[in-house]
Amino acid sequence: MSTQQIIFLVLSAISLASAMGVILSKNPVTSVLCLILTFFTIAGHYVMLNAQFLAVVHIIVYAGAIMVLFLFVIMLMNLNADVEPQKRNWLKYAGAISGGTLLVIMVAALRDASMPSLQGGATEIGLIANLGKTLFHEYVVPFEVSSVLFLSAMVGAVVIGKKED
Amino acid sequence: MQALTTRVKPVDRRPLTFVERLYIPSILKGMMITFKHIFKKKATVNYPEEKRPFSPVFRGLHILNRDEEGRERCTACGLCAVACPAEAITMEAAERKPGEENLYREEKYAARYEINMLRCIFCGFCEEACPKDAIYLTETFAPAHYERKGFIYGKPDLLIPDPKEKQTV
Amino acid sequence: MVIDWVFIVEKLALISGVLALSLGVAMYSTWGERKVAAIIQDRRGPNRAGFMGLLQPLADGGKLFFKEEIIPTNSHRFLFILGPSVAMLVACMTSAVIPWGDVLTIAGRQIPLQVADINIGILYIFGVVSLGVYGIMLGGWASNNKFSLLASVRAASQIISYELALGLSLIALLMFTGSLSLKDIVEQQRHGLWNIVYQPLGFIIFLVCAFAECNRTPFDLPEAENELNGGYHLEYSSMKLGFYLFAEYINMFISSALMASLYFGGYSFPGMDSLGLAPNLVTILGFVALFIKILLFLFFFMWVRWTIPRFRYDQLMRLGWNIMIPLALVNMLITGAIILARQ
Repeated sequence: MSTQQIIFLVLSAISLASAMGVILSKNPVTSVLCLILTFFTIAGHYVMLNAQFLAVVHIIVYAGAIMVLFLFVIMLMNLNADVEPQKRNWLKYAGAISGGTLLVIMVAALRDASMPSLQGGATEIGLIANLGKTLFHEYVVPFEVSSVLFLSAMVGAVVIGKKED
Repeated sequence: MQALTTRVKPVDRRPLTFVERLYIPSILKGMMITFKHIFKKKATVNYPEEKRPFSPVFRGLHILNRDEEGRERCTACGLCAVACPAEAITMEAAERKPGEENLYREEKYAARYEINMLRCIFCGFCEEACPKDAIYLTETFAPAHYERKGFIYGKPDLLIPDPKEKQTV
Repeated sequence: MVIDWVFIVEKLALISGVLALSLGVAMYSTWGERKVAAIIQDRRGPNRAGFMGLLQPLADGGKLFFKEEIIPTNSHRFLFILGPSVAMLVACMTSAVIPWGDVLTIAGRQIPLQVADINIGILYIFGVVSLGVYGIMLGGWASNNKFSLLASVRAASQIISYELALGLSLIALLMFTGSLSLKDIVEQQRHGLWNIVYQPLGFIIFLVCAFAECNRTPFDLPEAENELNGGYHLEYSSMKLGFYLFAEYINMFISSALMASLYFGGYSFPGMDSLGLAPNLVTILGFVALFIKILLFLFFFMWVRWTIPRFRYDQLMRLGWNIMIPLALVNMLITGAIILARQ
């Protein structure tokens, strides 16, 4: 087994375990921390794919900003097992059925999917210079449109924040 | 409203000008002030190695004086206790027995003489009140103690050593 | 596969060297802080332990080790311990991409004095810095104390707010340099003028945001003693408290190194290439130059701390969102316009 395979296996095991931890842990703060760990292992996978820029942006945006806000809200609400309201039974059944359906669909969809084997050798597309060139040459219109989307979201947030005045 | 004192300074409540609102000039001014202080003389005295000289009128711990023959000067008149604004001095008088003339100068002496250093404010009124030049304030501090008892100074603590005994030693 | 053992040993030595350097500087920053505070206030500062009090950090460290370890009963035990560890870990991670010097040539091997020259160096630092808030948040929340929680909420919102302006001020610099690798940026300054000449406004924004990111006065609201009884590390004692305090000083050291590298030429110094010295000697002198720049920045951090009083929280937020971010955007626009005009 090559070093890469060992690293891949370890990373995958950690990411699966921490992803399970997100949904299995009773304490919301532990859940969030597990999610952060998952993000880190996924960033590790990006590095393995030679997409360092994606890895770092993943950490900055998800672990560094979004999850901080998540944690922020959870800490302020101070959720824990004692204050969790009793869930109704039909809600549990509905959840189980819809989750099971999703699983069946995914299994059915993935059963026939062929796994295209990755060509060997490192690709250079994940490096920041190449990525920037691709984004601003071939995909410049979608890129700018998505930035307009972000801008409108920001304007919406400001409007909600200013409502009292 | 009429000013209560003659030293009132009016506060400038005009809105800040643009330069003031930039905030940077005032920060630089403050930084320069602290920078100048780096080169100023240090105010600290390295205490155990170097001691600050006392002023000539410093008033510290009390002593009870003896005369040149080694007799206690105090006659327990109580003037010092009366003069004391902090009521730190207590004493008990006793009559001099025959044969004790070499110990006490007057016919009456202080059998017990206590100063509570926690009460004492070191004003020196006792020194001024004493008609017999028996009590003086020296240039030392009252040292620290773990208990309150330790701050009550009795006669053995206050009396200066006998000059005659000192010569024999 | 052939493993280059010498390479691994070399990197390990470099990593431990950089770690020891950060820890040592952080240790002596506590001493320096007290000395600077003292001389600014016309006092003498620590001078009992050793010559000029130089053994004081050792005494303080020993004291912290032997103090009683207190974990509050109603705290979240695991997170309570995780908090300071994360703070320390994140603080130490940043030093990996900073170029501490040029290449040393020992026995025919070229040894760059940089742990990892990755092509996204600045983004890496940015990512690690954005994680720094977790240590504070976890510690503050796990203590199960209202004051600590308030402090950690303050810390989180402060760091997120100032990260934006920090990133925007950096973007202007990156537009100018065209590289994300710190080594490249320093090399460019070695052959040209220092970046402070081209980016004065960007530097000021970066400086202010660095103060806010390090929780240093005038932005030390997460540890405002007179409002919060001590801040996010209120419930901590012993070496766990020491870790928090240490992490703050390491952060200060790293941000000084970063400012020196990004805006003040890093390890380059005037006359570096024209004096005709031996390459190894130039490298060592370059490291010394970088270190002197870092020490000057550290002094500046302390000087500001003992001069400027703390901001109020609303003032802090207004400064961050209403002044720093628009200024950084303007700086970006100006830089872009100049780059366009010169093409």
